Amino acid sequence: MESILGNGPEGGKLTNEFYYSLVTMHGTILVFFVLTAGLSGTFANLLIPYQIGARDMASGFLNMLSYWFFFTSGVVMLASLFIQTGPASGGWTMYPPVNGMSNVAVNQGSGLGTDLWIFSMALFIVSSLLGGLNYIATILNLRTKGMSMFKMPLTVWALLFTAILGVLGFPALLAAVVLMEFDRLLDTSFYLSNIVLNGQLMDYKGGSPILYQHLFWFLGHPEVYIIIVPAMGLVSEILSVNSRKPIFGYRAMVIAIGVIVCLGFLVWAHHMFVTGMNPFIGSIFVLFTLLIAVPSAVKVFNWITTIWRGNLRLTPAMLFAIGFVSMFISGGLTGIFLGNSTVDIPLHDTYFVVAHFHIVMGVAAFFGMFAGVYHWFPKMFGRFINDTLGYIHFFVTIVCAYAIFFPMHFMLSLPRRYYIYTNFQTFQGLEDISKFISVFAIISFLAQLLFVVNIIYSAFKGREMTNDARNPWGSNTLEWTTPVEHFHGNWHGELPEVHRWPYDYSNGFGKEDFRPQTLPLEPGEEAH
Amino acid sequence: MGHGSNVAINTENHWNGGVEPMKVSYGKLMIWYFLISDTFTFVSFLVGYAASRMANLEYWPFPSEVFKTIPVPGFESVENAPLVFVSFMTFMLILSSVTMVLAVMEGFRMNKWGVIKYMIPTIIGGIIFLTCQYFEWTHLIAEGMTPTFTPFAGAAGEGTPQFGALFFIITGFHGLHVLGGVLLNIYILVQTWTGHYDNKVGHYEMVEKVGLYWHFVDLVWVYVFLAFYLM
Repeated sequence: MESILGNGPEGGKLTNEFYYSLVTMHGTILVFFVLTAGLSGTFANLLIPYQIGARDMASGFLNMLSYWFFFTSGVVMLASLFIQTGPASGGWTMYPPVNGMSNVAVNQGSGLGTDLWIFSMALFIVSSLLGGLNYIATILNLRTKGMSMFKMPLTVWALLFTAILGVLGFPALLAAVVLMEFDRLLDTSFYLSNIVLNGQLMDYKGGSPILYQHLFWFLGHPEVYIIIVPAMGLVSEILSVNSRKPIFGYRAMVIAIGVIVCLGFLVWAHHMFVTGMNPFIGSIFVLFTLLIAVPSAVKVFNWITTIWRGNLRLTPAMLFAIGFVSMFISGGLTGIFLGNSTVDIPLHDTYFVVAHFHIVMGVAAFFGMFAGVYHWFPKMFGRFINDTLGYIHFFVTIVCAYAIFFPMHFMLSLPRRYYIYTNFQTFQGLEDISKFISVFAIISFLAQLLFVVNIIYSAFKGREMTNDARNPWGSNTLEWTTPVEHFHGNWHGELPEVHRWPYDYSNGFGKEDFRPQTLPLEPGEEAH
Repeated sequence: MGHGSNVAINTENHWNGGVEPMKVSYGKLMIWYFLISDTFTFVSFLVGYAASRMANLEYWPFPSEVFKTIPVPGFESVENAPLVFVSFMTFMLILSSVTMVLAVMEGFRMNKWGVIKYMIPTIIGGIIFLTCQYFEWTHLIAEGMTPTFTPFAGAAGEGTPQFGALFFIITGFHGLHVLGGVLLNIYILVQTWTGHYDNKVGHYEMVEKVGLYWHFVDLVWVYVFLAFYLM
């Protein structure tokens, strides 16, 4: 073992510089390239045209441009793994001053790696803007007949609000990284001031690293909603379909997302309580932060009420959707602790925070994405995904997720991003928790490999979905009325006309327990 | 029979499709949302400006001393004329916005030669603005201003380097927007000239969309102007 892994941190195979690079790339790739692109990028392009009854996105050209900008951005980001000095290593938040100086070898990744990071993010922002404009325009303008705004599935509502978040949030990140690049390339001092390095006073004056934090978190906080809101939309749909019950409080759900989006723009400084901000301003951010608990709780209670006494079908998609709710509650509870500046200041940048946000926006969003993949897999590939592997995937993942992140809350004395902590007296005794977490992390990783294998296997060899049984889940939404094979235009002939909301499950009419949106109302049937 | 912004759930009032609730084409919707997004970019830069200035109040140069000449060949003798040159620049940009409005109006009337008649001065106005910006930048660079050095003094002596850096970034970013606008305007002019909107498209909405962008660039300049030249 020692010949492969080395002998612990000291003298080990993983140098501290590479450790920091990995931490940075982990955050960046997961937040932007997996959870943002994987949730709103993938599902918006798949579900928006299908669920609103449109032939295609509003502008196919912009959509293509958005995709290729994203692709290039990904290539640039991954390319930085292969340059000699290694990828960016200053944390996914890219805080100055450590990332604001390119001529100073703070560590290796602060050279070209950080420049590539910034360039890649600029491309990503363009991609996100083009995609977001397209999603908004498509949802508002291309709905089929009868699909008024309040007859849209909650998925589409969620994707609409996500697009709005992206269009308004990402510009601030663009400005932040442009100013940073000027600091790096032209030695301006936007974020730098009075820096002493190796006993030398550097020639930077008048700048403030706090300015970067404000600009960064003006995107950074909405970004967590860009990640979680689409997952909320997918989960709402899946819970309702697989409980054979209408979603509870449809309008409250829409309003709750709207309120989350608005408040999401007013809470960015709760990431900055330790920057020495005026406590009065801090208290305002505490207020708005805690207010977000209200719409979040509305959503959680509505999900629980939706599955309450439902006729549950525990497909892998449904299990992941329930897992999402579980994770969202578990992570949300610690959010109430951290939203208070008095509690946050001692807990800032510790493993308590790491545990909190991994559960509430990491694992939860992943569960939302998994649920979406399992549920819409037949729509994507015309074949069913293997359920057995799906069940194994779910149970291993949820056990591991809690086994990893629940004990992590008790490492609350340990600051995050430490390469070695064992040589500090204070942190003695954390090795056991650390080992426990590591074992479950490795098991969890293997389960994800199983998922990838399942996707590839099922996409080619899975049970085929036939056109006669094109609505396998007995769903009301429009995407299951299209033929199994994919072609441009989505529907042969006329676009379907919508007569009802998408959640008429088990309403007592008809033979089946679902009433597709295309079905006109019968006498006596109530509209929602 | 759409219900406009009233999207209440109502069975008697079956919604019949169409570009609701905003009642505009998707292209126009997109340009509006793009402009909102771009506003946030400029606001972020201007917030950076405000923060840097507040942190360096004593060292912030006096605009009336930085921008007191007319940096055009032939006007070297003018020694102290603050705001004159930039007022001319601003006036040109606003005039081009006025002609843009007229071009959009001619577009509504499907009057090809009317559009051409007003697009040409719009383009010229944009080019004059960019030329002025070129003179301004070369003048300030010649005076010794760089992103890391500001030769003009503030109340407490040496000027803060943030002044130069922010000036070049913000006016540069705005200048790129104007350049993009001029290129779009030229594209529109060519498309109009070849009869593309008359014969193939059937309407002049593209002129209106580019017009929205052009007014936006104009509006942003007002704030940039306010930040650097007036305050």
